[in-house]
Amino acid sequence: MKNWIRVGCDTGGIAAGADKVISALEAEKASQKLDVKIVRVGSLGLSFADPLVEVGAEGMPTVLYGNVNEVSAKAIATDHLGKKKLVEDCVVASRKRGTAIAQKVAYILVKDTASSGGDKTEYIQTSIVDELKRQGVEGVQVVRMLDAGIYDRGIVVQVLPSEVTYVDVKASDIARIVTETVKGAKVVKEILFSEADKQIRVVLRNCGIIDPENIDDYIAQKGYEALKKCFAIKPEGVIEEMKTSGLRGRGGAGFPTWLKWKLTREVQNPEKFVICNADEGDPGAFMDRSVLESDPHSVLEGMLIAAYTMGASMGYFYIRAEYPCAIARVEKAIAQARERGLLGDNIMGSGFSFNAKVRLGAGAFVCGEETALIASIEGKRGSPTPRPPFPSVKGLFGKSTAINNVETLASVPAIINMGGAEYSKHGTDKSKGTKVFAVTGKVKNAQLVEVPMGTTLHDVIYKICGGVQDAKPIKAVQTGGPSGGVIPEQHLDTPISYENLQQLGSIMGSGGMLVMDKNDCMVDVTKFYLKFCVDESCGKCAPCRVGGFQLLQLLEKISKGRGSLEDIEMIRKICVAMQKASLCGLGQTAPNPVLSTLRYFESEYKAYIDGGAVYARKMAKILAGEAPSPAAPAATNK
Amino acid sequence: MIKAKINNIDIEVPEGTTILDAARKVQVKIPTLCKHKDLLPTAACGLCIVKLKNSPKLPRACATPIENGMEITTHDSELFEVRKSVLELILSNHPNECVTCGRNGTCELQDLAADFSIREDKIKRFVRDIPIDNSNGSIVIDFRKCVKCGRCIEVCQDIQNVWALSFLERGINTRMAPAGDISLKDSPCVKCGQCSAHCPTGAIIENDETETVWKALRDENKYCTVQIAPSVRVALGEAFGYPPGTNLTKKIYTAMRRLGFKAVFDTNFSADLTIMEEASEFVERFAHGKGALPLITSCCPAWTDFMEKMHPDFIDNFSSAKSPQQMLGVMAKTYFAEKMKIDPAKIYQVSIMPCTAKKYELERTDEMHASGFMDVDVALTTRELARMIKQSGVDFNELPDGEPDSILGEYTGAGTIFGATGGVMEAAIRTAYNFVTGKNMPAFNVEAVRGMKGVKEAELEVAGHKIRVAVAHGLANVEHVLNKVREAKKAGKELPYHFIEVMACPGGCIGGGGQPYGTDDDLRMKRAKGLYNEDGEMKIRCSHDNPEIKRIYADFLGKPLSGKAHDLLHTHYKARPIYQR
Repeated sequence: MKNWIRVGCDTGGIAAGADKVISALEAEKASQKLDVKIVRVGSLGLSFADPLVEVGAEGMPTVLYGNVNEVSAKAIATDHLGKKKLVEDCVVASRKRGTAIAQKVAYILVKDTASSGGDKTEYIQTSIVDELKRQGVEGVQVVRMLDAGIYDRGIVVQVLPSEVTYVDVKASDIARIVTETVKGAKVVKEILFSEADKQIRVVLRNCGIIDPENIDDYIAQKGYEALKKCFAIKPEGVIEEMKTSGLRGRGGAGFPTWLKWKLTREVQNPEKFVICNADEGDPGAFMDRSVLESDPHSVLEGMLIAAYTMGASMGYFYIRAEYPCAIARVEKAIAQARERGLLGDNIMGSGFSFNAKVRLGAGAFVCGEETALIASIEGKRGSPTPRPPFPSVKGLFGKSTAINNVETLASVPAIINMGGAEYSKHGTDKSKGTKVFAVTGKVKNAQLVEVPMGTTLHDVIYKICGGVQDAKPIKAVQTGGPSGGVIPEQHLDTPISYENLQQLGSIMGSGGMLVMDKNDCMVDVTKFYLKFCVDESCGKCAPCRVGGFQLLQLLEKISKGRGSLEDIEMIRKICVAMQKASLCGLGQTAPNPVLSTLRYFESEYKAYIDGGAVYARKMAKILAGEAPSPAAPAATNK
Repeated sequence: MIKAKINNIDIEVPEGTTILDAARKVQVKIPTLCKHKDLLPTAACGLCIVKLKNSPKLPRACATPIENGMEITTHDSELFEVRKSVLELILSNHPNECVTCGRNGTCELQDLAADFSIREDKIKRFVRDIPIDNSNGSIVIDFRKCVKCGRCIEVCQDIQNVWALSFLERGINTRMAPAGDISLKDSPCVKCGQCSAHCPTGAIIENDETETVWKALRDENKYCTVQIAPSVRVALGEAFGYPPGTNLTKKIYTAMRRLGFKAVFDTNFSADLTIMEEASEFVERFAHGKGALPLITSCCPAWTDFMEKMHPDFIDNFSSAKSPQQMLGVMAKTYFAEKMKIDPAKIYQVSIMPCTAKKYELERTDEMHASGFMDVDVALTTRELARMIKQSGVDFNELPDGEPDSILGEYTGAGTIFGATGGVMEAAIRTAYNFVTGKNMPAFNVEAVRGMKGVKEAELEVAGHKIRVAVAHGLANVEHVLNKVREAKKAGKELPYHFIEVMACPGGCIGGGGQPYGTDDDLRMKRAKGLYNEDGEMKIRCSHDNPEIKRIYADFLGKPLSGKAHDLLHTHYKARPIYQR
């Protein structure tokens, strides 16, 4: 095996200093004449630990390092590659959890994950080193981890390369670990952590693994095989496969993908278009950006399959201009695909011809709405138009058009490769497959998460992301961005699905998930989301244009302590008018944050009304961080 | 055909009919502020939402085609409440200035507020203060009163192809404005006023000059004269409760005298005069090869402005004959003044026009001062005249009939049909036929150029010659006609047309931008019918047979296209920039 180093160079990684890490690694490689290949890859999703560096060295397990800086990068080169020693405090534990010791233990990773009490990591590390010495074991390195991927389970120990993981390790267990596991190659069952990783990577399958700018890397991962398979099973076969998979649009509305394709296919129109909607605009959402930056070819292949199925000859990637890295990588992917004959005339000799282009979004959130998006590509003012006619009948330049979200398209090649039936094993009855979420806010480890539908919000936040920052109590989770709503603590056990989230007054949306702790003020959060929609309203229809603005005025009034109960009634009335009479999804859903916080946290609004200006001033200071936070009122309604 | 139910009433309508239109067929009125019958739905206001059985969504009736088996509810308590809330929101973004507004009493928003029993301002008012644009003298825009329905923009872009107006900014700051945020004067605006005719509120109105006219009427040193355009007589009545299309020519004459005008002329007379010049011009070009073909009519000032800005390559094709308004003005201040021995400097000439662009035409070129003075001093729209009559205390409906002043007042059926699309063409053909053959047409009606079709084409046989004509109304329809000519010229082929009539406004002057509100095709047809009926009943139906016209040539002008006629009755055109800066 040749030595390699992968550096996560998505926007997040670059912002955290991935370029400096690469320079440091390159310098060491040159000065120490290391035989190692340094590759720029996309994002593994573990944003909290950016920049991420993964190292594969001969005779060593693959190890992921997080929060790498120039110093630790140098250590990686010198110690890891030079001396086969892992670097302290940087290792991110493997999420694969072994159940047997197949290979001789070489490394023991330790981390105290308890949320209370002092950090006992170093104490345990020393204890294990001492125990190893006492029992005369040599050649095993004990290393402190950065992140164990397991939270609130006391001392977590992972032995490498077998990836066997122990939790709630007590001082008394140390001797057994050394005797039984290290010397006896046996697992200590009592403390073994065998829970499988909650995440399943379908959309993100190649992210952080392949070089997004190298088509060969993608091809090596079964790239463009799905397209070939589609040529064999013909469009009808593709639609059937997609129907079996149960994939629904990942942009938020959840329209069955197979049906959208079928409807567009059935329209008699010699010219058809496919558009990839990459106008990701929800505050805090970065799913689409990560996929485009880390695995652009999978999206392109998904688009090719969609186009082939529907009989489209031209595709547009509508990417927001604020994503320069994604734009560059998609453009490169298109160029490479064209060079390989994967775009152009008679692709793979199938008789199918297709081309793709990138179009930039100019920074309007409403252009994520399909009719506004089409207007924008056509060079018109980005305002929605009434449907019908639906884009499938009369879309871009008056031609039949299908618009699919980035994540939807990225799922397609994976589904075709694994088979629709296999994909549909994941998820719930009505919501199949996996979904990517960008978990941010007051969460301990903000990151990109891909989980099967049906996973509970609780598991996503606590088991994958490590719970709330500073172990504070959680108040609510906001899903679906500015069109969504809040889901309070008492409903966190709800399995994630389109239907369940809607029932709770929120929506799936494109996958933004914002965690709020007990100190967050719901009136303030609502104002933030509403202001976003008010700013982003295209201004075309009266309910959204005026309604949103007036709602915001009323919220401002309340948050200054000048509100009344009548104002809350007026807020509800305007919300209903906006929901019922707005033209597009933006206006129809803009009141959701208001209604859902009123549903679960009306007491917080009333506190402002009852407390008047005195209370409002006090809260303003707290929110500005100028005063300590009191215990906020708890959720009132179920 | 589609079968569905609206409020449990069975309906059967052609495919593609919207719910809004289908409901009208069964006498159900769904409220709307943004949908206009002339225009495609903008779906902006949100008032026309309806309920469909088994659907949680509330689609907009204006934009949703009815489908087989639909069961639609248009009115219930929930819909009423939502509509009322939306209306309250719209009103919270609209200045509360009804009593001082140009649309007081004719405002669609005011009507809705009254219908929905809105009795208090429940939502705090927010209106962005944007100064009024009164830069172009024809149309005044008060942006604060705009409800963003998008009608003016749609009519300006889609019907008129002028693209002077657009939406700017977004969210609550969204506003309608001249594209590029310049003043209307600097924009491509051709002053047709269709925006004002389609505006549901007082955001776009005509530049009101009634005060100027009152001042002149009260000035003893001024000899005020007036002329009434053909289409005014069949539309003014709407402001006084008459059915659309009622011809009130004689009542209007009386009203004019009561207002204090010392001489009452009729633009129909000068329409006959225009035909004399224009038909002669056509014969010169067609029969004698002197000048470019096709000849294009130029009596519509919005059209000439549009042509000068967008199609200057057709300048040579334009008839140099002035419009009837300007011809009457110059005749009043020369011929009439001379005959009546009145100092032309004292004559103050007011024209009553269906049109906002006529205000602009008064000073279009220096030739509008051919009499040595401003030939016409002020142009009022039909709407302004209605207000003046109401201000004057004249009980219009009870007025007896009157007569015009004989010298510039007598007219023929050809003059009267000028007001409808195709009318100028028909009048010109009647006279051109006579000029070529020496005798009148056996039947005067040219049905092929009548009606509301956007482009009308006809081939006429005149003394063995085939004359191909086209009539376009609504400026967006011009493109098609001119391009056909351009293509033929480029390919060196025979011209598709010899004579083209263009009117900027759909329907011609009867649908003008200065006419009473609520114009749609139904109303246009009725007004046009009023004119054609008069023509049909007239004894004299050709301009060249008008005795006053004969006399004016004999006494004063000589013959059509004579030197004097040229000095007084003709003008020229020049290419103008689309944007003035």
